[in-house]
Amino acid sequence: MLTIENLQVSVEGKPILKGLSLRVEAGRVHAIMGPNGSGKSTLAHVLAGREGYEVTGGSVRFGDEDLLALEPEERAHAGLFLAMQYPVEIPGVTNMYFLRQAINAIRKARGLEEIPAAEFMRKVREQARLLGIGEELLKRDLNAGFSGGEKKRNEILQMALLEPRLCILDETDSGLDIDALRTVADGVNRLRSPERAFLVITHYQRLLDYIVPDVVHIMADGRIQRTGGPELARELEERGYEGLLGTKLAA
Amino acid sequence: MATALDTVKDFTEAEYKYGFVTPVEEERFPPGLDEDVVRRLSAKKGEPAWLTEWRVAALRRFFTMEMPTWQKVRFEPIDFQAISYYAAPRQKERPKSLDEIDPEIRRTYDKLGIPIREQEILAGVAVDYVFDSVSVATTFKRKLEELGVIFCSISEAVREHPELVRKYLGSVVPPGDNIFAALNSAVFSDGSFVYVPKGVRCPMELSTYFRINAAGTGQFERTLIIADEGSYVSYLEGCTAPIRDENQLHAAVVELVALDDAEIKYSTVQNWYPGDKEGRGGIYNFVTKRGLCRGKRSKISWTQVETGSAITWKYPSCILQGDDSVGEFYSVAVTNHRQQADTGTKMIHIGKRTRSRIVSKGISAGRSDNTYRGLVRILKSAEGARNHTQCDSMLIGDRCGAHTVPYIEVHNRTARCEHEATTSKISEDQLFYCRQRGISEEDAVALIVNGFCREVMNELPMEFAVEARKLLGISLEGSVG
Repeated sequence: MLTIENLQVSVEGKPILKGLSLRVEAGRVHAIMGPNGSGKSTLAHVLAGREGYEVTGGSVRFGDEDLLALEPEERAHAGLFLAMQYPVEIPGVTNMYFLRQAINAIRKARGLEEIPAAEFMRKVREQARLLGIGEELLKRDLNAGFSGGEKKRNEILQMALLEPRLCILDETDSGLDIDALRTVADGVNRLRSPERAFLVITHYQRLLDYIVPDVVHIMADGRIQRTGGPELARELEERGYEGLLGTKLAA
Repeated sequence: MATALDTVKDFTEAEYKYGFVTPVEEERFPPGLDEDVVRRLSAKKGEPAWLTEWRVAALRRFFTMEMPTWQKVRFEPIDFQAISYYAAPRQKERPKSLDEIDPEIRRTYDKLGIPIREQEILAGVAVDYVFDSVSVATTFKRKLEELGVIFCSISEAVREHPELVRKYLGSVVPPGDNIFAALNSAVFSDGSFVYVPKGVRCPMELSTYFRINAAGTGQFERTLIIADEGSYVSYLEGCTAPIRDENQLHAAVVELVALDDAEIKYSTVQNWYPGDKEGRGGIYNFVTKRGLCRGKRSKISWTQVETGSAITWKYPSCILQGDDSVGEFYSVAVTNHRQQADTGTKMIHIGKRTRSRIVSKGISAGRSDNTYRGLVRILKSAEGARNHTQCDSMLIGDRCGAHTVPYIEVHNRTARCEHEATTSKISEDQLFYCRQRGISEEDAVALIVNGFCREVMNELPMEFAVEARKLLGISLEGSVG
């Protein structure tokens, strides 16, 4: 589904990703772990098409498409979703209204009619209930005054409603207490399906107790350094980045 | 990849959608302004002598007045002698039914998206169409007549209800108030008149669509709305104008009078031609709008969404004379290209426990300048008066300007005034977030701007809010880089 080959990315002339390669198949959950500054979030942002990153080499294919040639919204239309580490506030735009705009934008791009109001309400309520999101939070301005946990749960709500093929979770566990972490993980697990792939970016092994990955990658210095199964995450938990990668890469 | 700056550029380059000219045969005066012109105009309209003399007196005042210089707008001096003061579609008689309206005029309204028949049948809105200077159709008149609501052109009101016109015309905005009010008083061509009798709640929104069509004509609308004791009326005003190379002057006067326990809600959506990217052409919108809360517990509420005109220069105001009366001003002003807006309100507190609320949202893009100028004056008599003002500015790009100029004069110790102001920008983070969710860049800008304006949009009647929301969207069209 996603094929990254020798991806090189700079920010303001400074190389961050230095030849990263990765293949993600449909139906699989890949975890990317790495110390601070390893380039994890850069990878997430480059895949989603955020400005300010200069791709200096390599390629990314998403299905049949050259992902890097697409605008951010076109990537969303193609089925790529990024659950953000810091969801932004949009004052004056209610959570519900935003959701509907996003769903309809994607439907329109795929040649579908706008979602009927009743169907929309039913789906939102159903998913919101599963994520423990109250009616009140749906009516509030998008992310305005949301707690850390509310913001992250709301990201998963959007993910559930937009039904992407590839879900990228950028440090979704940061700032979450254990209950919120469990709710978010349950939300993600419900969305696991043979057609859908996940790229779970995290600093800590903790999240992976709840979202059990098929493949674990350890990233450092702009490259994937090691790849393995869920046991690699546990090994990391025991030995730390330094023990696993050596002092130079773990810095 | 498109950047926010591209969006700004594209937004800036979006073309004016309503630029077309309707080829109707028209009758007009040659350019020029003197007493003779005013008398001929008055005669043409078959006005009584008192009104003719009232106009002439206003013209004399006008000739003694100077252009003010305190505002933050720049424009070439206006040659008042180069303007034609009367233009009307040539028609033998006023149409008896909507079917008799010139098909060209009908088409014009259709292009604007307000087909008369649809409006009549579907929207349940009574519309007084003002095409250049003459009101061409008034719908729903009969239904209103049953309730005793008078809704007609001001020319008709002069003929049919002279006592009301004579009593209230110029009572809120006297002819000598300012140079444009004086000019309007001398040469006003037509406009709307509303009278809501005691205790009547007007069951539908009353609406006027202004459209400037003829080249080189100024438009001098005169609107007078009177809400008698305990009555309520909501009035909508919408405006568009075709593209013209020369600047066109629009100097309207709107007067509102609310008696005891009466409420008037006046909403405007204005998208007149703003001029091209270089600032050529466009409407000069110099309007005097003022409401008088004459009665106790009366209320006047102004809501405006201003996206058009080369220069917008207006301050819809409330004089809170009656005890416990309430004045409100909700405004969205969008400027782009080289548009200039100097707009705001005046709240004059005279009565006891009078309250006013001001919410102003200014959005500047391109190389435009957007100024909020507001006066809150609390007189000695205004025991316990209160005001709350909120001014928020949003900047799109880095070549535009936003300015806030509040004047607060308090002459009573028991009064309370609050003023809040913020300035913000659309952030890259917000745009990226929206786009990541599949929303295009231009729709994202529209979404964020609409959110920024929500408090004001919420004040608009439903049908109008939808239109205003679309209008902000249209202003942002063509932004995919």
